[in-house]
Amino acid sequence: MSSLKKIAATLLCIILIVIVLATIFVPAPYAQQFRELPNAGPSTAHPLGTDALGRDSLSRLLYGTRVSLLLAPAAALLSTLIAALLGSAAGFVGGWFERIVLVATDLSLALPWLFLLLTVRALLPLDVPPVVSVTVAFLMMGLLGWQASVRVICAAARGVRDSDYLLLARSFGCKPARLLLRHVAPNLRSLFYAQFWISIPLFILTEANLSILGLGVMEPMPSWGNLMRGFEDFSAVAANPWKLAPLVLLVIVVMCFQLVLPSEEVTQ
Amino acid sequence: MIRRVCAVLTLTLVLCRPSFVSADSANQSGGELHFCLRGEPKTFNPLLVEEDASEAVRYLTGGVLIRLNRQTQALEPALALSWKVSGQGRTISFRLRSGLHFSDGTPFTSEDVAYTVKALMDPQLHSPTGDSFRSGEGQVVVKTPSTDTVIVSFPAPIAGLERLFDQVAILSAHSPKKEMAVLGPFYVADYSPGSSLLLRRNPNYWKKDKEGKNLPYLDSIRLDIQRNRDIELLRFRRGEIHLINALDAEYFERLRKETPEAVHDAGPGLDSEQMWFNQVQSAPLPLHKKKWFGATEFRKAISMAINRADLSRIVFSGHAKPAFGPVSPANQFWFNSSLPVPAYDSTGALRLLAQAGFRLENGALLDSSGNRVEFTIITNAGNKSREQMATMISQDLSQVGIKVSLVTLDFPSLIERITRTYDYEACLLGLVNTDIDPNSQMNVWLSSAENHQWNPKQAKPATDWEAELDRLMHAQSSTATDKKRKADWDRVQQIVAEQQPFIYLVNKDAMSAISPAIVGSSPSVLDPHAFWNVELFRLGADRALGAQK
Repeated sequence: MSSLKKIAATLLCIILIVIVLATIFVPAPYAQQFRELPNAGPSTAHPLGTDALGRDSLSRLLYGTRVSLLLAPAAALLSTLIAALLGSAAGFVGGWFERIVLVATDLSLALPWLFLLLTVRALLPLDVPPVVSVTVAFLMMGLLGWQASVRVICAAARGVRDSDYLLLARSFGCKPARLLLRHVAPNLRSLFYAQFWISIPLFILTEANLSILGLGVMEPMPSWGNLMRGFEDFSAVAANPWKLAPLVLLVIVVMCFQLVLPSEEVTQ
Repeated sequence: MIRRVCAVLTLTLVLCRPSFVSADSANQSGGELHFCLRGEPKTFNPLLVEEDASEAVRYLTGGVLIRLNRQTQALEPALALSWKVSGQGRTISFRLRSGLHFSDGTPFTSEDVAYTVKALMDPQLHSPTGDSFRSGEGQVVVKTPSTDTVIVSFPAPIAGLERLFDQVAILSAHSPKKEMAVLGPFYVADYSPGSSLLLRRNPNYWKKDKEGKNLPYLDSIRLDIQRNRDIELLRFRRGEIHLINALDAEYFERLRKETPEAVHDAGPGLDSEQMWFNQVQSAPLPLHKKKWFGATEFRKAISMAINRADLSRIVFSGHAKPAFGPVSPANQFWFNSSLPVPAYDSTGALRLLAQAGFRLENGALLDSSGNRVEFTIITNAGNKSREQMATMISQDLSQVGIKVSLVTLDFPSLIERITRTYDYEACLLGLVNTDIDPNSQMNVWLSSAENHQWNPKQAKPATDWEAELDRLMHAQSSTATDKKRKADWDRVQQIVAEQQPFIYLVNKDAMSAISPAIVGSSPSVLDPHAFWNVELFRLGADRALGAQK
């Protein structure tokens, strides 16, 4: 394991430990408003300052990391699984099945999913606990975010379809399902990983946008997405660079995850 | 030889030109004012105006008989030299200025006023402005005894009749240019849909300054159509536009840090932010919650437990004031100054709740049946200040043991819930008030009204105090004397303060940004805040655009 990987792994472990034990580390509950200190700068009481309502930014960052780090990868995993299944099957089988999958993907891309999300929010009872609301939001993202990945995976699977090793496996009498699971999918593994890692920040930002529509993480619960909504006031961020902490943490986490993966799997 | 003559002529013209320009500048300050409209004007017909962009164009181009001074809030003669209301508000007679002309040169007479009033009241036209004048069944009669006298008679009394004429821009009965011939300070010279609108000085505008010079001073106004408020702010900062008519607290503060001389806070405006509880009997809510929301003590306790001063200070950076009730203190005449100042008192709130049978146990408020007091506030998604207010209210109410959740909904879903399904518990929204007269709030306070949000469209008033509100609102709307109307409207404000059907939170300040290059501006709390006296605007010595120069 290279030293860079070790550093990345250590960082990830530290972040995971800190967010699991957030209740010990946080200076104050994430929803508590210190109204005499709105938009305060870093201090010993509030190491990352406070937000517009005087809530401790470090506490909100740690709890927000907990929410996003749990749910965004879960949504990314769901969407990548769907995309892997459909894309590799379509590319491997080819012919009419591939055409149907790709047409369905195009159709799905063309549909205004935003309205479906709005309908879901409208149908949800108002008094659902925030945890349920958040889970539904990420579940919807996972179920609706697979289309772009399908096209990429399908194209790669098509390339694998006519390879020599697959021809050899066929000549040994391998069944299609086994070919798909034992020969095609493992050779597309790096692509699956790439799609998975690409999806995580995408879902985090999508969650931030959905919050604006009332389907993301609701106040006062924090998430990376709604913490990053504060960046819309760029002049305030420029004057108070510590407000960039959620973005810095997002970049660090995504980079660390990329680094700790076996390099051949990322670059293959 | 010919070339020499041409050269001499050219030289003569070049030498003469500066004297023409300087003479022109001496008479009229000239220059072009730039600012943005936040949408496409939907119409140039002043009688059909119903959105902000068209309203701005109507204000800048339309000539009215009576003008409401946005600073003093008093009515002033405009095209009418004088007016008289008679028949207990049924009839109004105007004496017009003589010798005036529309922007295209067509003479202005009483026929034009008669034509405008008839068009205004034409049911086929569906004029939103005309709706305010519909007082009852029957025809409106317009008489023109002479070219400078008009008498308009309505079938029933109209309260505040003369004030309504501030919205009626007079059309020409004879001009081939129809509504493009105007009597206001500017006329529409060019319009590029989706891009910009050019207004030029009306050479026939009637008004003069104290020294007898023709108004307006400006040559023209370019209105760029810009929906994005961030871009509008950026353009102001770059010096590409001269003013922003309405700013929110966040943008105001951003701009104040850079150019404090460019931002203006005229004080509390007419707009309010309020929350209310759903009191619709058929609403799909548990019975015990309906009982809480219907209890006056409960609503008053909630009102007392909200720290409005903190809302103003934190959410609006101090650019809002705790709200008293349906009328802002900015409304000089109609505000009931005897109303108590809304005070934050969580102990008093708990006392009031105890009187109503609630009790605090282990930090949680329970009703007499042992139900935990908790409710959800809905508001429109994307409105940062409302989300922040709801979050702060949640913490305030937690001090009295009440658990409050916030749900933000897209606007159509929100409207669906508050107007059709009534599937909500409490709602936080704002009310935009453009009119200072109580008649403009008839659609809120009558129990049969659609905007009687806590319990709309009632067949008959559900409570005694709502019946009294109905009676008072009808009484003030059919009374001609302002004194009697004021007494009725004061009583309405008092009942609202006692019953808290709307829990008024804050009145936001009227804020605008005006380039230091503009001389003569005087921002007001009434709309249009920044350019209500545009005819007196001059561009300063350097004539630089925007705030930066």
